[in-house]
Amino acid sequence: MDWTDQGIVLSARAHGENSAIAVLLTREHGRHAGLARGARSPRKSGVLQPGNLVAAQWRARIAEHLGQYLVEPLHSHAGLWLDDPLRLAALSAACAVAEAALPEREPHPAVFDGLRAWLDGLPGPFWAEAYVGWELGLLGELGFGLELDRCAVSGSNDFLAYVSPRTGRAVSQAAGEPFHDRLLPLPGFLIGQGGGGPAEIIDGLALTGHFLERHAFAGAPLPAARLRLAERLATIRAAPPPPIP
Amino acid sequence: MSGIEIERLTQLLAKLPGLGPRSARRAALHLLKRRDSLLVPLAEALTEVQQKVTNCTICGNLDSCQPCAICADPSRDGSVICIVEEVADLWAMERARAFRGRYHVLGGTLSALAGVGPDDLNLAGLVERARAEEVTEVILALNATVDGQATAHVVADRLAHAGVAISRLAQGVPLGGELDYLDDGTLAAALRARRPA
Repeated sequence: MDWTDQGIVLSARAHGENSAIAVLLTREHGRHAGLARGARSPRKSGVLQPGNLVAAQWRARIAEHLGQYLVEPLHSHAGLWLDDPLRLAALSAACAVAEAALPEREPHPAVFDGLRAWLDGLPGPFWAEAYVGWELGLLGELGFGLELDRCAVSGSNDFLAYVSPRTGRAVSQAAGEPFHDRLLPLPGFLIGQGGGGPAEIIDGLALTGHFLERHAFAGAPLPAARLRLAERLATIRAAPPPPIP
Repeated sequence: MSGIEIERLTQLLAKLPGLGPRSARRAALHLLKRRDSLLVPLAEALTEVQQKVTNCTICGNLDSCQPCAICADPSRDGSVICIVEEVADLWAMERARAFRGRYHVLGGTLSALAGVGPDDLNLAGLVERARAEEVTEVILALNATVDGQATAHVVADRLAHAGVAISRLAQGVPLGGELDYLDDGTLAAALRARRPA
């Protein structure tokens, strides 16, 4: 068995002195693990950092084996954001969520393309809104897409303000007002209304986090890196802050 | 075939970093061949280390005295604390002889894979130490990895109200590094951290 593909590093677990079990999100082969020999040597240890884009060659005698990776760096996303707490937290969260949510060896090119586009867009101003959008897309790709285009009660697409935590369908301001404490706020930027900002991003993370926990993680808590991202954003919201850089 | 004692010794040696079952067997045989000059002194040294060496209650360093020699050294600059991930990093800093302040060993980094959260790190005493009157600067000397820097940001958050300057090690072109072989992240970090020549 032998294939080559592009992959985004999700994690690398130490194996022996110099090697690592690398988990990549590849475009054509999905979330796929493999042994990367010598990957933790001083010259190569920077390659298998979460978020980095690599060219990967995977080899194994039979398909069921763990197999071995040969990886070449294509673009170091991780190195660019080491000194940016928010973006680094988001990068860690995205990799942790992808690793925990995606089934192994099942191709999801849309998730790969979305994550790659999000990583490429990290220097831009709307990376946090785009992150929420990527998680929403991930839910859809896994078969748990939310219906945010019209109100579940009235069928109208005006003044959508909430999402039902049970059905994942949008609810309008008028229909949802009596139950607002039991509904999840729907951030405007997810339906093309409103420009985002810390408060809406936190609402967006709460929305996708709820459904990731419920469906993708079957009730298990979100990965610690994802929780830290939400905490970090909440801290910004609590302080009087400039917009997210 | 070897007896159960030798087998046990081999199995234990094989758990050491850099040793597999084959090299562990060779090491065991080597020890048995040099019983008086190596095996007995090694056993005594291990016993002594096991009995005497503990983590320093102040910084987390390993030493046979409490507090450790670095914390107890009055010639050290008590106004600067350098935060490192492991004792091995502290030893690396000491080898470089470039730092004369004191240390704080975290005992790891945040890791989603290993399930290490902030509460699993040696953070409790750090804020207290940083608030001490003589401390003016804390240096974050953590690895330039995603986990290392994520940990550095969490530590910086915890120290935000401690009234100390927080700095971190520079990132960029290593000594002897050739630009052609550097990854783009390192190059970008080096460009961002450029300074007047």
